[in-house]
Amino acid sequence: MNLWTIVLVASLGVFAVKLVGYLVPASILATPRPTRIANLLTVAMLAALVAVQTLGAGESIVLDARIPAVVLAAGLFALRVPYILVVLVAGVVAALLRNFGLMA
Amino acid sequence: MALSLETKNALRAGIAVGTATAAYGFSFGALSVAAGLSVWQTCVLSLFMFSGGSQFAVVGILASGGVSAGPAAIATSTFLGLRNGIYSLRMAPLLRGGWLTRIAAAQLTIDESTAVALNQKALHAQRVGFWATGIAVYVGWNLTTLLGALVGNLLGDVSKLGLDAVAAAAFVGLLWPRLRQLQASVVAGVAAVIATILIPLSPPGIPVLAAAVVAVIVGLTNWFHRPDAINQPDDSTDPGDVMGMHLSEGKQ
Repeated sequence: MNLWTIVLVASLGVFAVKLVGYLVPASILATPRPTRIANLLTVAMLAALVAVQTLGAGESIVLDARIPAVVLAAGLFALRVPYILVVLVAGVVAALLRNFGLMA
Repeated sequence: MALSLETKNALRAGIAVGTATAAYGFSFGALSVAAGLSVWQTCVLSLFMFSGGSQFAVVGILASGGVSAGPAAIATSTFLGLRNGIYSLRMAPLLRGGWLTRIAAAQLTIDESTAVALNQKALHAQRVGFWATGIAVYVGWNLTTLLGALVGNLLGDVSKLGLDAVAAAAFVGLLWPRLRQLQASVVAGVAAVIATILIPLSPPGIPVLAAAVVAVIVGLTNWFHRPDAINQPDDSTDPGDVMGMHLSEGKQ
C-alpha cells in the first residue's frame, strides 16, 4: 500500500459514510443508539489520538516536551483562546524547551 | 431578491464559521507535509475527504507508523467520519434534490454546516445555513490547506522542533468542545488510558483503533448517562460547539 492508495481509499471511506445518510431512510439509523455510538466514537478516537501524539514515539512511550505543551494547550482551550494561537503556543513552547536543553 | 432577516443571519453565520475554520486548514497543511505527504496528497485529502478530524488522524497515524500503518489510518479516519453519516441522515429531509445535489450535500456534510443549519428555525434559513457554511468552509479549508502545505515545505526542519506538540495540541482542540457531558468525558479518559497502555504493545495505529471499543460499549449500554443534564442529551444529532460559534451559549 503506497501513500496515494492510503490517501484515496481513506477519502473514499469518509465520503461513502457521508453519502449513506442521503440514500437510506432516516428511520433506519436515526435512533438514539447508533447516534450515540457515532458521537462517542469520535470522542474516544480523538482522546486516543491525543494520548498517542503526546506520549508515543513509534512503539515506545516517551515523556518529553510534548507533555507541558499539551497541558498548556488544554488550559488555553478552556479559556477559549483562538485555536490557531493555541497550537502555535504549543509548538513554540516545545521548541523552546528543546532548544534550551530543558527537555527532550 | 430581498433576503429575509433570518436568511441573512444564516448566511452571515456560515461565512463567520468558514473564516474561523480556515485557521485549522493551515495547521493541517503544515502537519501533513511534515508527516511525509506531498503537497498534492495533502490537498487531495482536503478536497476529497474534507473532514478535519479524519484528516488529522490519517496524517498523525502515518507520521508515527509510516505506510505500514495505512490500513489503521484508513479505518480510524472512517470511524471518525461516522458521525458525518448521522448528520447526513438528519440533513437529508431538508435538502431534497437530485443526484448531483445529494453528492454535493454529502461532501459538505460536516460538523460546521450541520451545526449552523440546525441552529436556524425556518426551513429556508436551514438550507441557506447549510450551503453557505459548507461552501465557505470548503473554500477556506482548501485554500489554507494549500498555504499551510507550502509554508510547511519552506520551513522544513526548523518547524519540526515543536511540530509533534502542535499535532497533539490540534487533537486537544478537536476533542475539547465534545467533553461537555460526563459520558463523553469518561469515554475520553478511558480511551486515552487504553491507547497509552497499548503504545508499547502494538504497532502504530492499533492503540487508537482499539480505543474505539470503549465508545461501542458505552454507546450500547448508555452507562454514565445523566438524564437530568442541563445540556443537550449525549445522543443528540446536533454537533454542538464548533469552531467560530458557541451554540450552547447562544441557546441559553
